[in-house]
Amino acid sequence: MPQQVPRLVFVFAVALLAMVIARWYLVPDTFGDIGHYRAAAVDSIAARPMKYAGHQQCTLCHSPIQEARLASNHKGVRCEVCHGPAAAHIAAPMEVKPSIPRGRDQCILCHAFNPSRPTGFPQIDPVVHNPLTPCKDCHDPHAPEPPVVPESCAACHGEIARQKLVSHHASLECEVCHAAPVTHKSNPRSARPSKPTDRSFCGACHAIGDPRAAIPQIDLQTHGQPYTCWQCHYPHHPEAP
Amino acid sequence: MSTARFDPTRSRSEPPASPVLDRRRFLGEAAAGACAAAPFLLGVVRLPAAFGQQPDGAYDASEHYYGMGVDPRRCIGCARCVAACKTENDVPAEPHFFNTWIERYVITEDDAVQVDSPNGGLDGFPPLTQANVERTFFVPKLCNHCDNPPCVQVCPVGATFMTEDGVVLVDDEYCIGCRYCIQACPYGARYLHPETHVAAKCTFCYHRLVRGQVPACVEVCPTGARIFGEVRGRATPLARFMRFNQIQVLKPHLNTAPKVLYANLDGEVR
Amino acid sequence: MPGYIYPNEFELQWGLLIVLYPYLTGLVAGAFILASLERVFNVREVQPTYRLALLTALAFLLVAPLPLLAHLGHPLRSHEIFLTPNRKSAMAMFGFVYAWYLAVVLLLEVWFDYRKDLVLWARNDRGVMRWIRYALTLGATDLSERSLRFDDRAGRVITIVGIPSAFLLHGYVGFIFGSIKANPWWSSVLMPVVFLFSAIVSGIALVLVIYMLTTMFRWRKVDVACMDKLAQFLFYAIVVDFSLEALDFIHRLYEAEESIQILSQMVESRLFLSLIVLQFLMGTIIPLIMLALVSPGLRKGGFVRLPPELKHLTYLVAAVLIQIGIFSIRWNVVIGGQLFSKSLRGLTVYKVQLFGIEGLAMSVALLLLPFVILWALVKVLPPWMDEAPGEAALAAEGPAAGLPSQG
Repeated sequence: MPQQVPRLVFVFAVALLAMVIARWYLVPDTFGDIGHYRAAAVDSIAARPMKYAGHQQCTLCHSPIQEARLASNHKGVRCEVCHGPAAAHIAAPMEVKPSIPRGRDQCILCHAFNPSRPTGFPQIDPVVHNPLTPCKDCHDPHAPEPPVVPESCAACHGEIARQKLVSHHASLECEVCHAAPVTHKSNPRSARPSKPTDRSFCGACHAIGDPRAAIPQIDLQTHGQPYTCWQCHYPHHPEAP
Repeated sequence: MSTARFDPTRSRSEPPASPVLDRRRFLGEAAAGACAAAPFLLGVVRLPAAFGQQPDGAYDASEHYYGMGVDPRRCIGCARCVAACKTENDVPAEPHFFNTWIERYVITEDDAVQVDSPNGGLDGFPPLTQANVERTFFVPKLCNHCDNPPCVQVCPVGATFMTEDGVVLVDDEYCIGCRYCIQACPYGARYLHPETHVAAKCTFCYHRLVRGQVPACVEVCPTGARIFGEVRGRATPLARFMRFNQIQVLKPHLNTAPKVLYANLDGEVR
Repeated sequence: MPGYIYPNEFELQWGLLIVLYPYLTGLVAGAFILASLERVFNVREVQPTYRLALLTALAFLLVAPLPLLAHLGHPLRSHEIFLTPNRKSAMAMFGFVYAWYLAVVLLLEVWFDYRKDLVLWARNDRGVMRWIRYALTLGATDLSERSLRFDDRAGRVITIVGIPSAFLLHGYVGFIFGSIKANPWWSSVLMPVVFLFSAIVSGIALVLVIYMLTTMFRWRKVDVACMDKLAQFLFYAIVVDFSLEALDFIHRLYEAEESIQILSQMVESRLFLSLIVLQFLMGTIIPLIMLALVSPGLRKGGFVRLPPELKHLTYLVAAVLIQIGIFSIRWNVVIGGQLFSKSLRGLTVYKVQLFGIEGLAMSVALLLLPFVILWALVKVLPPWMDEAPGEAALAAEGPAAGLPSQG
């Protein structure tokens, strides 16, 4: 055997031995217990402290508020959304108090008008809607039904109202096409407004023969049959392509 | 106890009836409350720090398999979830570290799509400048806790992994900070923590799950746009969500099998 | 219209250091494949560069992990890659490919090739150099016919094993990028192949430059046949490399997948200088034309006959342009892959720092370090053919004369 071979074998054997010893000492104990990871990591992550306590905790002491809230429009708005993380308060109720938002900022986060919000969500324009007055002066945050019925449909249907306002249908009141029962403004989901059902409704203004020359007129028998008008034309912005 | 139902006949000048202002009832309930609270107030009885634990105190990961549902039609873009997550998980405050964030999509009639997420949504969204908006909506985003996670596949040392209960976590003390997982995530859910120099991301608030709580973002969402529960078999709000909605996931062609399920997801969302 | 990036994408994750790393390993693979041309394929003309190529490869391989270590968030935990590798992770497996290549291929090849000369040099050296050279022999000082034949055969076997190992070394780096399905700029079957061939190009070019410059500094004449052969192989390698990159480009444009819009935008705006100008024009087309005209690649003696000095200058300029071009390829792959958002809706910018661990100064230092190591290696293991002890010395002194201790 040439001289080179045993010497090389020796060098490589020493290196491999070093690796084996290093592996023995350096691989963490819990590695591989559950999967290819350090099982102790799961425990240390699970042991992190909570900052938010969860709304069930608030009920222990503040049940009247909770019950009022759960029967109101804010039933999905849990305590810590407005009052901040409360785990420290639960642990030391007298020493640590959650914040109580008394200004307008907190409410505006959700209720300021934004066209990207889903239609029907109650929104106001903070600049014109009782500026400088704290929201809670009129709306109990735990039972926020407005003190009076909103005057216009735009209070909840702001995007539609704004689109209609700059369209050719600006002068049409909502009630012209939609008959809303009185209770819709207080129980929107249970008492829905009506919608027109057939082409003749739009034809009342848009059929050929209407004396108001400014209104575009079409032949109701042939134009766009068999579709209803709103399958192509958006009534709140009818000039859209 | 009567609840304060909205009464349209009441005029504006009269203050609303409220159970708290009814003096007799108030005193009675205050007394009852004081009796109930006294032991806690006096420090005799302390709530266990992890109230909501299973009765026998032990959490069994093999009994759970978590997922989340998101309904963008309900999201109002208030970003309370983003704020709660940053607080709960000590996420750095700078505007480019997020475990979860809100995107706003604006699709105009010429098929142009514009997306923005100013400080993840925490700074609010500026007014629209586009005319002829066809659709606009908000989409919450977070780590999808994929069942086939590309991030776990590429981690060279086994510092990121999926737990038995379906949550993808990062081992802070083992991660070497190579950032391969951040490159491999198709959803932009991961970042390198500027202080600990390890990869970080949404953990589904694992420390809350083991104590029977829901993640912080789910806890604070005011409109129910986030639904939490189990993806397999058990009766949780997520089960109903999966039954009654048409479910999409982000980037299905990548076969990552996300466990964050979107309902009513617009096709323009990436 | 303003674009959009995911909020977490604000910071580029892999910066200049990670651009440096595939550049360095590419040079290693390329230099080794050049060396293997002589050893395995008996291309006699490039014999003068054989040992130089090996030492170059070794110097660059030793430096290659340094940018990676500097980049890690926790470099002191880097041993975890070897202790608990995730077998599904390309990066983890690459740690072993690197270790294999360094220990089994490169170090052993250098050792077998130099052993005889180390023994002969050690006999005539004095002082530190004698002990260094003796230690490097590992005590295997037998210079009998049988031992030398073993050296030769072992070196040959290792080179044969080394060629696919070199392919694996740099192809794997390409796979590390190419296997990321989340990134449409990286995710491609061609990525390992393109990486490998651009590595070959850069390796040959580097050895050409080093050979020319070192020969000049030693006041010797360059071997004309060697230079022509190097240029010829360089030309062929560029042709293949360019074809592969053109294929990738055409394929992307033809399929026009969803990502084509943002990627085109990126190439036209953020990557215009580094891709169109540096990689394509200066790094590929111009050297291709220069070598096509001057080297014997297409026609013996080239299309344009130049006096040898001018021809060699042309080769040198082409090789330097190629280095710039190949570095730009690495930049365009690594940085380019992070300049666009995974939402496919926006672009971001990469701001190179000047100082700091990820800065320009660090990268320049890491680029210069291999040359420093090469200088040290050349001092201990001179690769020049005219300084090798040769057969005469062996015959004069005998196989085992005058050494500190035997066996």
